[in-house]
Amino acid sequence: MNDPRDFIAHEAALLDERRFDDWLALFADDGHYWVPLLGAAQADPFSHNSLAYEDRLLLQLRVERLKNPRAHSQHPASHSQHVLQPSRIEEEAADEVRLRTPFLYVEARGDDQILLSGTARHHLIRTPTGWSIREKRIDLLNATRALPAIQLFI
Amino acid sequence: MTTYRNRPDLVAALVRDDRVHRDLYLSDELFALEQERLFANTWVFLGHASQVPEAGDFVTQEIAGRPLLMVRQPDGAVHVMYNRCAHKGTQLVTDESGNTGRFFRCPYHAWTYKLDGAPLGLPLKNGYEGTQLKACESGQGLSVVKHVKVYRDFVFVRLADAGPSFEDYFGDVLGALDNMVDRSPEGKLTVGGGVLRNIVHCNWKMYLENINDTVHPMSTHESATKAAEALWEGHAPTDPKPMAMEQILPFGSGYEFFDKMGGRVFANGHSVLGVNFSIHSNYAQLPEYEAAMQAAHGVERATNILQRSPQNSVLYPSLSVKGSPQAIRVIRPLAANRTLIEAWSFRAAGAPALLFERAMSYNRLVFSPMSVVAHDDVHLFESIQQGLRAGGNEWVSLHRNHDPAETQQATVTTNGTNELLMRNQFRAWAKAMTVEATA
Repeated sequence: MNDPRDFIAHEAALLDERRFDDWLALFADDGHYWVPLLGAAQADPFSHNSLAYEDRLLLQLRVERLKNPRAHSQHPASHSQHVLQPSRIEEEAADEVRLRTPFLYVEARGDDQILLSGTARHHLIRTPTGWSIREKRIDLLNATRALPAIQLFI
Repeated sequence: MTTYRNRPDLVAALVRDDRVHRDLYLSDELFALEQERLFANTWVFLGHASQVPEAGDFVTQEIAGRPLLMVRQPDGAVHVMYNRCAHKGTQLVTDESGNTGRFFRCPYHAWTYKLDGAPLGLPLKNGYEGTQLKACESGQGLSVVKHVKVYRDFVFVRLADAGPSFEDYFGDVLGALDNMVDRSPEGKLTVGGGVLRNIVHCNWKMYLENINDTVHPMSTHESATKAAEALWEGHAPTDPKPMAMEQILPFGSGYEFFDKMGGRVFANGHSVLGVNFSIHSNYAQLPEYEAAMQAAHGVERATNILQRSPQNSVLYPSLSVKGSPQAIRVIRPLAANRTLIEAWSFRAAGAPALLFERAMSYNRLVFSPMSVVAHDDVHLFESIQQGLRAGGNEWVSLHRNHDPAETQQATVTTNGTNELLMRNQFRAWAKAMTVEATA
């Protein structure tokens, strides 16, 4: 999977298949998952809050929690569907690449379904075994508005 | 169908000494009456003065179903007005916040108003000569909220004309706000980092009840705390923890911990949970910050301020305060079965950046729509909202540690797992709901 655009599609598919351990393994040791509260308008994760700003430790915590039978909010379990537009390469260097991928995200649980839209921005680095995520940033279209619970990973 | 509007006896009968009726959470009619009475008769948190630092800055906010406008005046005062043009009722501003300059101009017919709401001008002025406009309400400018209190930059309103003064209404629970502000060596807080907003499909009182509930964390949050404990396994208790671990692990404390933290109730529904200690008590010490606090307040007072870190302080009916980690939650009811919850973070002037980071991190981990802790809370609130529709038992139990003598004094200090903190909220509910609003 040399083309980073294939990697983006693969990453979303792992989430939609609930293969969370495999998904987490795509992150670099210093990798972050970031959903800024201001969406695309936010410059950094420190001066303003975020819906999520997680390192591998916190992502691992989420993944482990989802496996626990007493994760009450997962009865019934949530499922996601990422609908991706083609990824566009923003920047490319020898061992890293930045891409943007507009998406629709549907999360369904029981009779309820939520729909989110925005742009995913990936910063990938090349490792001996393939691409790895240094940052996955999700700029939601309506990030500042009141939201219902988002249970899985956008 | 109206059952309760003209029957204060029926409303009062919904709140017994040790239980409440399910209609409190389910009835659309009671929700409408709450908007008219409870949220108009009591002092409700609107916003923080730091949101409007410059003259002409405004923030819009709906309280008790009424669109309001908080505005900074040229003389530095903060005024609150109804966001309604005196002419036809157009909202003067529809942004959440902004700066209007030196006056408000209605977008519909260009009537203008000074920042304090006084009428400034209108087009086709000659057309009003000989009419009664000036004598009637529409000629008086914007309607002003008369009962506004800015307490250490926290802005509260009481919409009804009759009712208790701000100080009488809140009494000693104001110490919770004092403590949060005093944690700034300069005595100044500013809202920072934006507001996390959640829509929860449950009644607002259920959410507020849970803020005073210490028996749920062990069972409700088991999935999150077990995951955190497993990841932290092998570390010595004294090992410095990443901030997220420092904040999540205490949720897994046992019943004894929560019982011993203690609670206190005050008249009018207010309470402090964690009068002895709380899940926030063991955050890492910051020597430079403590030195700055001692320089500002003296050693003894600085120690008292920093040692006081309750789990939650409830300024009934809509504000919940965490002095440490300098965060508040605001409960904004939308419907009987829908509530907006806001989580705000504060920067404390003269305090290190780490304190602000703590507030943002806590809110993100615990109160974000993507929180790892709150998913289970929210699921259970929504489950209760459905479960209460089941017949058979129409009552919600609040019996734990009930003592018939507990209503005889306004302030009671007790164990942390006592449901008195919730009974006290519902007694205040019954009191406010059986008084007609005058606004």
